[in-house]
Amino acid sequence: MDWMAWTWPTAAFFGIIAATLITFTVLAIKYPEVPRHGVLGIETTRGDRLFITLLGSAFINLAWLGLLSAPQWGALVVCFFYALAVFRWV
Amino acid sequence: MNKTVNQKAWFLILPVLVLVAFSAVIPLMTVVNYSVQDTFGNNQFFWAGLEWFEEMLDSERMWDALGRQLAFSAIILAIEIPLGIFVALNMPKSGFWASLCLVLMSLPLLIPWNVVGTIWQIFGRVDIGLLGHTLAAMGIDYNYTQNIYAAWITVIVMDVWHWTSLVALLAYAGLQSIPDAYYQAAKIDQASRWKVFRFIELPKIMGVLMIAILLRFMDSFMIYTEPFVVTGGGPGNATTFLSIDLVKMALGQFDLGPAAAFSIMYYLVILLISYVFYTVMTNLDKREGY
Repeated sequence: MDWMAWTWPTAAFFGIIAATLITFTVLAIKYPEVPRHGVLGIETTRGDRLFITLLGSAFINLAWLGLLSAPQWGALVVCFFYALAVFRWV
Repeated sequence: MNKTVNQKAWFLILPVLVLVAFSAVIPLMTVVNYSVQDTFGNNQFFWAGLEWFEEMLDSERMWDALGRQLAFSAIILAIEIPLGIFVALNMPKSGFWASLCLVLMSLPLLIPWNVVGTIWQIFGRVDIGLLGHTLAAMGIDYNYTQNIYAAWITVIVMDVWHWTSLVALLAYAGLQSIPDAYYQAAKIDQASRWKVFRFIELPKIMGVLMIAILLRFMDSFMIYTEPFVVTGGGPGNATTFLSIDLVKMALGQFDLGPAAAFSIMYYLVILLISYVFYTVMTNLDKREGY
């Protein structure tokens, strides 16, 4: 695994992503997903909302990094509220 | 009718998962690892944090390449999609000529990217190329190695030549699947040619058209070989698209960290646009009730 040049932060990052995917898979098996129409006017399931959250969070982090000079954890706070909003209304 | 639910069927996708893991997921994870570190070769890495992302976001070079890339994709889509539909509408519907047309249309699709590049590179040369020589003889100043506009026009015409057939073939397949009854009804209503296209043909081929747009967008957004062979990204940086710039950075300069950060942002943009296309496509399908 040396050639992959692992670091603790990136390993933790992928660990969290994997854990999230597993959690959502288990949730989907226990409580089957029901598609619904949200503010975007498209049909989304729980998995779709997770994808929108993760993709959006990536862009929020990049925008934070590029536009502001504030510490990066601020972006994570924004992402948290973004995630809540996505799961509530999208 | 009730569908049979068999969760064990998921195991059938395991081979694909393994394949994708080795061809995409593991390399992508490595790229993420590279993006937060610096290296001078020898497989030695030093922690750099988010420095490369910051550098890339501030880099004019990346924004310029992204701008050129978006312009290129927009231009070729704006030409290839209408042109492809136009060609498909005018193709014979059946018989010998239909088969001949289909074979001729597929020919450009069979040619490897680097060969297409070489064909156009020679075709456009002022000294020995048919196109370049003819244009020069007509007194038109055309030189894709020195003139930015000539370079762009060559790269765009090349892409249109290479890929319009794909759009045309997909649109043709869509058109063929429309039952005759629709046309007969239109005839009874005395609908004009434009109305037949607007209210019968276009809605019916929308599904395949979205696939054509998605395929052409993704392919053009990742384009590397053809412009690289023809212009090498020049003159200056005029046709240096994202992937050409990325290869220059990663392999030419061996700046693995910045190149990895660049790749991740490139990937995110593709993911976002593809997701939007995909969502629009599936929602169209649902509305149409396919």
